[in-house]
Amino acid sequence: MAMIPGDFSQSYERDIAIFRTKTQWVVMVIGLAIMLTFPLFMSNYWLSLFNFIFVTVIAVLGLHLVTGLCGQISLGQSALMCVGAYTVGVLSVKFGISVWACLPLAGLVTGLIGMIFGAPALRVKEFYLAMSTLAAQFIIVWVVSHLEEWTGGQLGMYVPPATIGGFSSASPSNLFYIGFILTIVMIAVAKNIQRTRVGRAFIAIRDNDIAAEVMGINLFRYKLLAFFIGCFFAGIAGWMWAMYLQNINPSQFTLKESLWMLGMVIVGGMGSTTGAVMGAVFVRGLDMIADYASAWAGTVFPTIGEQAFTAFSLIIFGLVIVIFLIYEPRGLYHRWELFKASYRLHPYAY
Amino acid sequence: MEKSDNVKLKIENISLRFGGVQALSGVSLDLREREILGVIGPNGAGKTSLINSISGFYRPQEGDIYFEGKKITRLAPDKIAELGISRTFQQIELYTGLTALDNLMAARHVRMHTNFLDGAIFLGRAQREEVQHRRVVEDIIDLLEIEGIRKKVVGALPYGQRKRVELGRALALEPKLLLLDEPMAGMNAEEKEDMARFILDVYDEKNIPIILIEHDMGVVMDICDRLVVLEFGRKIAEGTPDEIKMNQQVVKAYLGGD
Ligand SMILES: Nc1ncnc2c1ncn2[C@@H]1O[C@H](COP(=O)(O)OP(=O)(O)O)[C@@H](O)[C@H]1O
Ligand SMILES: [Mg+2]
Repeated sequence: MAMIPGDFSQSYERDIAIFRTKTQWVVMVIGLAIMLTFPLFMSNYWLSLFNFIFVTVIAVLGLHLVTGLCGQISLGQSALMCVGAYTVGVLSVKFGISVWACLPLAGLVTGLIGMIFGAPALRVKEFYLAMSTLAAQFIIVWVVSHLEEWTGGQLGMYVPPATIGGFSSASPSNLFYIGFILTIVMIAVAKNIQRTRVGRAFIAIRDNDIAAEVMGINLFRYKLLAFFIGCFFAGIAGWMWAMYLQNINPSQFTLKESLWMLGMVIVGGMGSTTGAVMGAVFVRGLDMIADYASAWAGTVFPTIGEQAFTAFSLIIFGLVIVIFLIYEPRGLYHRWELFKASYRLHPYAY
Repeated sequence: MEKSDNVKLKIENISLRFGGVQALSGVSLDLREREILGVIGPNGAGKTSLINSISGFYRPQEGDIYFEGKKITRLAPDKIAELGISRTFQQIELYTGLTALDNLMAARHVRMHTNFLDGAIFLGRAQREEVQHRRVVEDIIDLLEIEGIRKKVVGALPYGQRKRVELGRALALEPKLLLLDEPMAGMNAEEKEDMARFILDVYDEKNIPIILIEHDMGVVMDICDRLVVLEFGRKIAEGTPDEIKMNQQVVKAYLGGD
């Protein structure tokens, strides 16, 4: 038996820790410290790309909780980000609430709205739930576009930056620090939920809802909770998005974006927090390279036009996801585990 | 209903239909505090339906079920689990993506109390709870001798081990009543013997009554205190293994068939 000898409660604590060894801690701390130096030498262009990735990672983590862990498909994550972004916009501009205070409020409001659209999950599964969450995508964007008095309609609205003393999130490097901290906190929250009581209940529902119910898990409560938490993440991502662009409008929250996020969860490997982060970074990275490449190709081959290249890159991404589904359904995370295993020399490995 | 101290579970006259199929008709039985009750009968006799009705997964159209004097007939399955009724399934129903350990930990759900906020923070309440319940689960892992596979994802385990993990999961709920639906089906003689030993160990150590559905007459006669025989959804006999062996109707309907 591979249990660490000695005091059991200590060894169990260690056994359930995310980082089980000093080396892992050191590597993580050094990695994070290096990232914190980015604003010292990177251009605003690159920092903005990172900020965009932070938004994506947070939103995808939320979707990972709903779809990857609890198995409830959601096609509206981008629209829920829209709720978060407009919560900040409306509350700060129309009600004068501090932008910082809007951060948790964006999460809460979005979580509650997500629960409404997730409620059909009690009665319906897969295809029909997909339809219901797809409705969320269209209804939310439609409502936001039509509440012109509040949201500025199609023209969108300006959202003030978060400030404290002389510090303002309007500068990409300051926003980088905010996004960095938010992302780390949200990763920790997702991981912690996953490895404790509620997360196991989610996975139980995903893997076998009949057994889960007979083993004491209230399906309705936990499905709703999954939507609440997942959409809370979308709300936080929406706040970050509003800070990132400062001009928000409904056309930024597309079905395509929602589908991409689902793709990121799949590419990362359904059901792993690390995988969700990897999927978000990897697909968003490719997406940005492709945007860059098609803009470039558009100037080089003006007769074909940028639109055609953009469409082409969409097809390529579709293919990437299909390839992952066929050849590596366990996702990037599994690849990463294999890679780590081949380097592991550590005595407590299982 | 009359409340008797030594009756743990009372089934009164339950009938269950699926369209034209009468899965159970007017079945009554009492389960005592200290016994392993065997339920036998040919395929399609309604054995699984009986257990599904107890765990709230099926809803009998008529009759009532009482657990520790409390009527549970209309309760949702998760509420019945909270009362302490736990089970295994004829077709294994594990959480295939989780490790054996986490399958057992997931069954601690009704005994744990932290909410998602505690979980999100982890340090403090959630961590203490994890360690505390991990200890309970490790005891079960020891009891069932599955130490070697605790960190294996159960979807990939061989059949016999999955059956054992499923028994472990049922125990991890810390049941006051255990329902086992053909725990030895599809096993070889040696695995069956192990499983029979585990069931007896559980019975002795946990002090809980067990309802056991099983086809292997040798096993049933060996480990059950009392037997109930079902045929076409009806209870046709009830008694000690010796009495059942002598019962002409049972021999004709079931035992003689082999
Ligand atoms: N969910 C169901 N839907 C329709 N018929 C069912 C269902 N469950 C059981 N039955 C029917 O009820 C009868 C009893 O089945 P079951 O309880 O599974 O028997 P056993 O476990 O003794 O083999 C069978 O005729 C079966 O086809
Ligand atoms: Mg059966």
